Amino acid sequence: MMSRNLQLDEQGRLRHFLSIEGLKRALLVDILDLAESFAGVTEQTVKKVPLLRGKTIVNLFFESSTRTRTTFELAAKRLSADVLNLNITVSAATKGETLLDTLRNLEAMHCDMFVVRHADSGAAHFIAEHVAPHVHVINAGDGRHAHPTQAMLDMFTIRRVKGEFAPLTVAIVGDILHSRVARSQIHALTTLGVNEVRVIGPKTLIPAEVETLGVHVFHDLRAGLQGADVVIALRLQNERMQGALLPSEHEYFQLYGLTEDKLAAAKPDAIVMHPGPINRGVEMASDVADGPRSVILQQVTHGIAVRMAVMAMAMGTVPLGEGKAA
Amino acid sequence: MRLRLFGGRVVDPANGIDAPLDLWIAGGHIAAVGAAPDGFQAEREIDVSGHIVCPGLVDLRAHLREPGAEHKATIASETAAAVSGGITTLCCPPDTDPVVDTPAVATLIQRRAQKAGLARVRPLGALTQGLKGTHLSEMGALKAAGCVGVSNARQPLSNTLVMRRAMEYAATHDLTVFLHAEDPSLRNNGCVHEGQVSTRLGLPGIPEAAETVAVARDLALIRQTGVRAHFCQLSTAEAVRMVARAQYDGLPVTADVSAHHLHLTEIDLGFFDSQCHVQPPLRTERDRDALRAALAKGTLSAICSDHQPHESDAKLRPFAETAAGLSGLETLLPLSLRMVEEGVMPLREVIARLSQQPARLLGLKAGTLGAGAAADVCVFDPEAYWELDKRTLISRGHNTPFMGWQLKGRVNWTLFKGKIVFERGAR
Repeated sequence: MMSRNLQLDEQGRLRHFLSIEGLKRALLVDILDLAESFAGVTEQTVKKVPLLRGKTIVNLFFESSTRTRTTFELAAKRLSADVLNLNITVSAATKGETLLDTLRNLEAMHCDMFVVRHADSGAAHFIAEHVAPHVHVINAGDGRHAHPTQAMLDMFTIRRVKGEFAPLTVAIVGDILHSRVARSQIHALTTLGVNEVRVIGPKTLIPAEVETLGVHVFHDLRAGLQGADVVIALRLQNERMQGALLPSEHEYFQLYGLTEDKLAAAKPDAIVMHPGPINRGVEMASDVADGPRSVILQQVTHGIAVRMAVMAMAMGTVPLGEGKAA
Repeated sequence: MRLRLFGGRVVDPANGIDAPLDLWIAGGHIAAVGAAPDGFQAEREIDVSGHIVCPGLVDLRAHLREPGAEHKATIASETAAAVSGGITTLCCPPDTDPVVDTPAVATLIQRRAQKAGLARVRPLGALTQGLKGTHLSEMGALKAAGCVGVSNARQPLSNTLVMRRAMEYAATHDLTVFLHAEDPSLRNNGCVHEGQVSTRLGLPGIPEAAETVAVARDLALIRQTGVRAHFCQLSTAEAVRMVARAQYDGLPVTADVSAHHLHLTEIDLGFFDSQCHVQPPLRTERDRDALRAALAKGTLSAICSDHQPHESDAKLRPFAETAAGLSGLETLLPLSLRMVEEGVMPLREVIARLSQQPARLLGLKAGTLGAGAAADVCVFDPEAYWELDKRTLISRGHNTPFMGWQLKGRVNWTLFKGKIVFERGAR
């Protein structure tokens, strides 16, 4: 049942976009190339292309999100699709309807694509396994598992600034344990063939046997930043600050918060990224977030083009590997 | 009925027999193995050539869902599944609803089984009232009502003083304590083994230490109290090593393994296969190999099914929200027989861990073909290949990760107290 890759059709084309794991480098490059062609669209005065005209896309958010949902909505609208936003946390789930029943009801309304965010790891795979054959599923974040469109917009940003992936050393700093973003970034970076991926954080925030994903582990920030080309800080959820994972915000910032001083260990032209939203003074100092190394706002802008590319490819409305659509 | 089973190979570890012999049955008991008793007139003779004739299997742990979860299964439905897999004695844990903490519930379970008339069902009594871990249950009364041991099932017993007292009180009544070793704090909200797969899938993990910390605590208490104790379903190499050491030191400790832990590992989860959501979790290949070695060596003296039938909806959710457990009665024998095929241990040892040994752990006169014993007999074709298919599963629970597997070894007749309770093709 699980042997075939659920994300691809028989011809190896993208059908659902659930996780980076299991996708080939060429396909990731296709996404980036197509996004590049859409990036032009979003800068024009008329910001629309008619690729998904007549299609209905449902933003199915079981967990609240502003940024991700908004950029998915903009991406869908710029592809001329009709968009429905459903915030399920306050509707069906609270009435006891099962996830499968919610899906069946939406399918009955002839929707073409579900963009899903859910608090449970594996929720997007589960939905993709059970939807009707004509429905496509995009994972907009499932538990701690994956957030593949975020990872792809990060790759897009890295490629725009740095050009090639092969020579790069990328350091990911912070709460790797609970981060779906980090997992997807690691798969994307190793698939695209960067020189080295490092994860940096205290042992309480590094998942077991993370080396098996092809990364090097550092517990000391300066050592981990040594010679890095790209530094990605992860968001630290407020609730992680209590309990037995970390003693205090203060100590976390002292040891793992990005400052200009600590970034001196990285390459002089190193860039700093963050998936947002930032806790200033926790994951990084304000002067870093707003400074010349920061590409954080570019990440947000690129999110729209990358999500347009993923939606168009999954719907099969663009020929693979050629950004003809733009 | 007076029966003669002829042409088969009798494998009866309890009596040291492994030979082509006839089996003679009368009045619900084994009349003789080998030569016919004087003047024996069989009413039916069954040609079992090419088959293994062994004692009816004894399953140390099967959740039969009654009372309390009849929407999943019933004692009648699951004992029918059991006998189709050669199992004639089942021990069920006390976590029913209501809990087996009163003689009435223990009696009800045995009566329901008697009414179904297919297999022997004996409950474990609750170690604490309501399995809540605070007040001792009335173990004396539970024993008198037929409970073959006491257990807190999968409910954590985090108060170490209560555990000590419960062990002392069980020892007073000469009851074996069945322990599910898992530290609830370390388990936290975990649902899979903590390791490369939990990291890859982003699922909360259950570390090896959740098991070893609990085993270490319980071993210290066993040493102190002198209670006879049994660890249910060990899953880690380290816990097995600790139990082997305790056995070497002479502690009255035994342990078992479930059939699926002998085959599956964390890798089998693939992309969130909820059929592989089990408790304890599927661990690493190294752990699986250690479980196999410990089974061959005898540290683990029984193989159980840990049968947990579920309705299909229970598995149709995102992984962490699915119910744990698999339907295992009908795969217990063939999965165990693979240990022979894969060179882990000889056939008579596998049969012993499915009959004589678990019967001894439960203090039951089962798992033997000795003259005078109840005629509980399993007759299987060791060369028959078959595919596990939900259309032919008898259990109400179709939740099994082994669906579609090619299995070898198939039960064709099962006798319970001398009565043919299962005959393939006769259904």
